[in-house]
Amino acid sequence: MTLSGAVAQLLEIALALAGAPLLLGWVDQCRARLQNRSAPPLVQPYRVLRKLFHKESVVADSASPLFRIAPYAKFGCMTLACAIIPTVSTDLPLATAADAIALVGLFALARTFLALAAMDVGTAFGGMGARRDMLIGFLAEPALLMTLFCVSLITHSTSLANMVETMNRRPFGLEPSLAFAGIAFTIVSLAENTRIPVDNPATHLELTMIHEALVLEYSGRHLAMLEWAAALKLFAYSCIGLALFFPWGIAEIDSPLAMITALPVLVFKLAIGGVSLALIETISAKMRIFRVPEFLATAFLLAVIGLLVHQLLGA
Amino acid sequence: MIHIDWILLIAGGWLLLATASLLVLRATRIVARWIFPAGAALGLGLLVVALDAAFSPAEVAELVIGLPGLPMHLRVDALGAYFLVVIGVGVCGTSLFSAGYFRTEEGTAPGLLSFEYHVFLAAMTLVVLADDAYTFMVMWETMAVSSYLLVTANHRLASVRSAGYLYLLIAHIGAIALLMCFGILQDNTGDYRFSNLRSLRLDPAWSSVAFGLAVFGFGAKAGLVPLHVWLPEAHPAAPSPVSALMSAVMLKTAIYGLLRVCLDILQGGPWWWGMVLLALGLASALLGVVFSTVQTEMKRLLAYSSIENIGLIVTGIGLALTFHAYGMTALAALALSAALVHVLAHTFYKSLLFLGTGAVLHATGERNLGKLGGLIRSMPWVAWLVLAGALAGAGLPPFVGFISEWLLLQSFLLTTILPNSFLNMLIPLVAAAVALVVALAGYAMVKFFGVIFLGQPREDKLLQAHDAGAWERLGLLWFAGGVLVLGLMPTLLIELVDPVTRRLVGAGLAPAVHANGWLLLAPSGLERASYGPVAFLCGVGAATLLGVFIARGFFHGTLRRAAAWACGMAPLPVREQARLQDSAEGFGQPIRQIFETFFHVSRELPAPSDARPRYRVLIEDRIWLSAYLPIARAVDATARLVGRLQQGRISIYLLYSFLTLLVMLLLVRA
Repeated sequence: MTLSGAVAQLLEIALALAGAPLLLGWVDQCRARLQNRSAPPLVQPYRVLRKLFHKESVVADSASPLFRIAPYAKFGCMTLACAIIPTVSTDLPLATAADAIALVGLFALARTFLALAAMDVGTAFGGMGARRDMLIGFLAEPALLMTLFCVSLITHSTSLANMVETMNRRPFGLEPSLAFAGIAFTIVSLAENTRIPVDNPATHLELTMIHEALVLEYSGRHLAMLEWAAALKLFAYSCIGLALFFPWGIAEIDSPLAMITALPVLVFKLAIGGVSLALIETISAKMRIFRVPEFLATAFLLAVIGLLVHQLLGA
Repeated sequence: MIHIDWILLIAGGWLLLATASLLVLRATRIVARWIFPAGAALGLGLLVVALDAAFSPAEVAELVIGLPGLPMHLRVDALGAYFLVVIGVGVCGTSLFSAGYFRTEEGTAPGLLSFEYHVFLAAMTLVVLADDAYTFMVMWETMAVSSYLLVTANHRLASVRSAGYLYLLIAHIGAIALLMCFGILQDNTGDYRFSNLRSLRLDPAWSSVAFGLAVFGFGAKAGLVPLHVWLPEAHPAAPSPVSALMSAVMLKTAIYGLLRVCLDILQGGPWWWGMVLLALGLASALLGVVFSTVQTEMKRLLAYSSIENIGLIVTGIGLALTFHAYGMTALAALALSAALVHVLAHTFYKSLLFLGTGAVLHATGERNLGKLGGLIRSMPWVAWLVLAGALAGAGLPPFVGFISEWLLLQSFLLTTILPNSFLNMLIPLVAAAVALVVALAGYAMVKFFGVIFLGQPREDKLLQAHDAGAWERLGLLWFAGGVLVLGLMPTLLIELVDPVTRRLVGAGLAPAVHANGWLLLAPSGLERASYGPVAFLCGVGAATLLGVFIARGFFHGTLRRAAAWACGMAPLPVREQARLQDSAEGFGQPIRQIFETFFHVSRELPAPSDARPRYRVLIEDRIWLSAYLPIARAVDATARLVGRLQQGRISIYLLYSFLTLLVMLLLVRA
């Protein structure tokens, strides 16, 4: 472990923890503007977090310890995910701990914990939310895995740092399999981050909600942890997408100077990403829950087609 | 010659225990407190000896018992030792659990049950030790019959008897195929020793026939599609420790047999052998996992999950056979390692889950998921230990289930260079199917754990449920500990399977793994892929603690308990609240809708005017309806036709004899 590696690692974690709510605020702001509403301030998510942290936590009588552990576990999983995804540097000591497959496993672990916690209280909505979230998960997870495999086949590696480095060094050229993978990845990210058209983060209509139904019984600090974790997840997904499909500007080993230039590039890329997310959310309508499997199956098939195209053209 | 003697001593010890338990037929206390723990100690002994044998050269022995001039040949090599480890692991924990479990008679006297149980253990051990087809088949049948008796322990129930019958029937059809397989393998030399079979070079067509028979015979035991139908019937019928042993250990003896015949005796074959196994494995995995998500009975759910896991193991073996056919030893070693690691991983977590259902069944008397719930509060020990098993079964890091999944996906990913373009196209599709299966397994496990242990108790009697006793906890702890410790130290597993892959496909992963220390799993170079579970767990743990720390820093620390909010619904009585939760049917409903074509669903919907509306849905296996039932009907019809010959009058039978003689004479003349 080099010193610059350790510094880059800490910087990445700090950046994710501090910057994730900002990205959420930016998306909300863009969305409000696009929909001709007056936009909330950029720091609104921080205010929400502060408010929630200062509120009393009310826990259901019937809740077991699992219910109270789950928010922290999810937060931990998402923080580690942000730590192993190369955002500003590829020289990360933690990156060897988990490759692309383990990253998907990490997301699945967080999902499982939250689904179990939602079932723990034993209300009708908790179980419904858990079931719907697992429904999305079982299709989104393999689709995400296949998307990452598309890149892995090109880079001959599943180590995230290595994948990003190889993509970065590759001469610019359009790879058809990556186009398929990119579309699939976009769909998966929409579903995984509970965005329109799959789920609406702003809804509180009981019958349509997915993520909100999962966290319905949470309040106070537990809810704050979950909101923060959701922001971290959006940040993590944006960063994987940017790192794999637009890898330019990420620093490599032994170039601490490049890290300083990498930061503004990342902010710029995230800002563009936020605008496009808001745009997608504005121009599409929420789907019925049973259209969602078809939507995600499309992503899964696109990713598999991406793999096949690579085998046909590349191998 | 030391290991094999010890192993024989242990098997003999089990047989001694079996005989001893016949002397104390009805003394439940003696059987539970002395005989089962002694069996567990022997299981631990087997584990230790087999671990040592795995890294030693092969040993052979000849037992004088047997038919005249046909002694029993035994041999322990790397492959056998690995599966002896599996047996030792499974037996040790399950016997510990059984010491606390068999407190009451379940239709069979405890002594008799213990007799069958210990004979079963000895038979499984000797199946793995056998070095000639004769010994193998005798032990294979002893294993089948003793497990049949164990399955039908509760033989006063008609459903248990019919489940046992189905199991015995399919086991015997499989055994006939194996008999024919060995018949072909000996190639008219009349010498059934495995060393002879290995040295023969069969005609390719005949070796393919032998391969097909082996797949059929071992597939019937392992529960490969379409011979899987006995599993979901037999497991719910059997007492839980027996289900645990059968699912976690006995199914693996079929995997052992498959490896022994395909990769050791036949030493691989053409590439399409691998494809056959790959197709069968994937079909089993997909069918098993889809069915397990829609089950409403906890042990049936686990039985279907076993079909899925066996499917994944066979997929790995199929991939290894394909690579082996093309001489790609490193990739074959990777795929075979994935399959073998999954064998051990599945032993740990499926035993844990089945034993957990046993504890639940004892505490509540209920096996229907729709009548359970909320047990985490009354049975915390069982709940938290089973949670480890459920997470491993869902293939989540850092548990042991993830390691085999990771290795399997790696072996798909590295396959870019097969000299067959058709296969190159197929491999990504298979990888996609495997990823789907693993994700669906997560769904099934969340359903299993969530419906049983979380939420509100769906019945009043669940409030009185008691936690498992000390012996049962010990058994569960053994498996839960393994699930976590091996999950954190995958290099130990690689170390253990290395001699086996070296023996079977001529390469191993251990050197590549050694290069990166014991914390990091990187079978094909650090820059290609790596997984470090300890760092992973520390990372998640540290980040979680950071979260707690942040929350504590911000927060004033008060926490209030109140009724569940449930979107502001007025608090209902607990019983009604419990009725509003997702039932097992409800939780599986999305999958049932998406994979509707897999099932044969018959529904009974209530009319709007019904005073007591009843909703009934029956999900059946299409294979059972379209393949098994017609065959059963055809057999019945034939039997009825043949029955007409049976007139009950001696004169008619004499006429038959006379006619037969006449036909024979005519034939001889011609």
